[in-house]
Amino acid sequence: MSLEVQHVSKTFGNYQALRDVNLKIEDGELITLLGPSGSGKTTLLRIMAGLEEPDRNPDTKILFHGEDVATQGVGERQVGFVFQHYALFRHMSVLENVAFGLKVRPRAERPSKSEIHERAMKLLKLVQLDGFAGRYPVQLSGGQRQRVALARALAIEPKVLLLDEPFGALDAKVRQGLRDWLRRLHDEIHVTTVLVTHDQEEALEVADRVVVMNKATVEQVGSPEEVFHHPSSEFVMDFLGRTNVFHARIANGQAWLNDMPLEMPAGMSGKTNAAHIYVRPHELDIERIASGQPALPASVARINPAGAIAKIGLVGTDGAEIQVDLPLERFETLRLKLGETVYVSPRKMRVFAPEPEYAI
Amino acid sequence: MALKQRSVLPGFGLTLGYSLLYLSLIVLIPLAGLLAKTTSLTWVQFWNTVSDPRVVASYKLTFGMSLMAAIINAVFGFLVAWMLVRDQLPGKKLIDAIVDLPFALPTAVSGIALTTLYAPNGWLGRWLEPMGIKTAFSPLGVLIALTFIGLPFVVRTLQPALEELEAESEEAAASLGANRWQTFRYVILPAIMPALLTGFALSFARALGEYGSVVFISGNMPMKTEITTLLIVTKLEQYDTAGATAIAVVMLVASFVILFAINALQWWTSRGYLKATS
Repeated sequence: MSLEVQHVSKTFGNYQALRDVNLKIEDGELITLLGPSGSGKTTLLRIMAGLEEPDRNPDTKILFHGEDVATQGVGERQVGFVFQHYALFRHMSVLENVAFGLKVRPRAERPSKSEIHERAMKLLKLVQLDGFAGRYPVQLSGGQRQRVALARALAIEPKVLLLDEPFGALDAKVRQGLRDWLRRLHDEIHVTTVLVTHDQEEALEVADRVVVMNKATVEQVGSPEEVFHHPSSEFVMDFLGRTNVFHARIANGQAWLNDMPLEMPAGMSGKTNAAHIYVRPHELDIERIASGQPALPASVARINPAGAIAKIGLVGTDGAEIQVDLPLERFETLRLKLGETVYVSPRKMRVFAPEPEYAI
Repeated sequence: MALKQRSVLPGFGLTLGYSLLYLSLIVLIPLAGLLAKTTSLTWVQFWNTVSDPRVVASYKLTFGMSLMAAIINAVFGFLVAWMLVRDQLPGKKLIDAIVDLPFALPTAVSGIALTTLYAPNGWLGRWLEPMGIKTAFSPLGVLIALTFIGLPFVVRTLQPALEELEAESEEAAASLGANRWQTFRYVILPAIMPALLTGFALSFARALGEYGSVVFISGNMPMKTEITTLLIVTKLEQYDTAGATAIAVVMLVASFVILFAINALQWWTSRGYLKATS
């Protein structure tokens, strides 16, 4: 079932949570809404579910498979909603929790008792908790509770599955496991899924497409690869992973980083006289001796080789910190020492004109 | 050895000893004294005292009206607690404070106030009387007084339980297709049931022992509006201490049995999720 929102705004008192948001989600897609807290992602999800009403506006539409559901309540929309803190019914066993959505159906549509039991058990098997049917939520770990919540949401055969930071309250290891599992589950059942997260790694890893949100609007929509490698704005670049920001001057049709001349990137107009240059830590290279190529001198301040890559912290001549990720082999051949002076050169960079609010 | 288990909290032995001593002095010894006093009666005398028709009528009135008052309080106390927790309305703090009034008022004051209101020439009584509703000096008056004094117990025990309810679990129920009644019946009610039963039990227990607020409004007509506590006082005034304690023992046993039953019910409704945590 495809899902589309058109011209959705939402204000809480004086606070604008969403500003004219448009988004189309294709049938069977797994979409993540990614953004910092306060960016409006959860509000958008709750509006899709019908838990929140958008501001009144004749242009506002919420379309499920082309049909406007804006006037329908949450119960009628048939959405599976999963909450960050599980929101399981504490006084019901795991099986009763999963069966709840079927049990409360009107008599005419309600399956028989044995069928409800059978379907709930099948879902528990799907979330690998069939041995836990008789337990109560307090007897389960966080990860297990969230899987129960997911099974409960799936029990009503939802048209779309909406997950609000479902793994936010879990520790890193469990989160990684559940994330992979959710992706496999989605490939199996193919229900249109929208997942809200503030964890960029989670968003990039699990999604077909990522919707990056900031300050009540959609900043960029694209595949994980697109948003990571071709960010459309400074915000997206900055939010998706670690970055180094250099402040460059533009003069005589040439960009200058300190005294290092850089090629003027395409698309930059000569109108501005400043530019922000973004380089990800793994796109920087370190040389012992200046090779004649444009490079910045810096001194080694921190070395942390514990991980798949070595994380090096440098301090530039202007006192700014530069983060560099080196492959371990490269790190071992370089044998860097704390305090020594090295030359840093970017292999790849993205240049943005400063956003108006930063402009002097 | 089991008792000697080390605990991180100091002074376990001291506090246990103190608690037992205090409980004995305040609760157990007076109760034992009560039982001891009745032994001055023979079984036949005891039975004759406690099964006197006038006394039996008072049991019926006291237990019947206390039960009804507790049921009324459970329903309307729930509504008040719900409003205080969930609704945003001006003057909420004031209403919250007013709830405690029946607690704080000397019961005699409540009794006089209620009687003034409901007496045939009182503010409310003069309107109810022509409609054929006799409030003061009737069992209904007893019910009014007992409802009045029991309300805070239900409200105060339910408030924390309602505050603890996650709004999310109601949203979850709604998203799963439950209507409002189903959400209330299957999600909210079971979650607050233990607290509701506690409030009910407290309100009921308080009503059983009530004296001051009832004796004015009831009119104390033998066989009709006499409550058991009044009979105990009457007997004491006639220096029939043994007779008074005999009735008191019946009240004690009956109250104990009822509270025990409510506690069992409470345990049963919270099976599963509370049992699992302990």
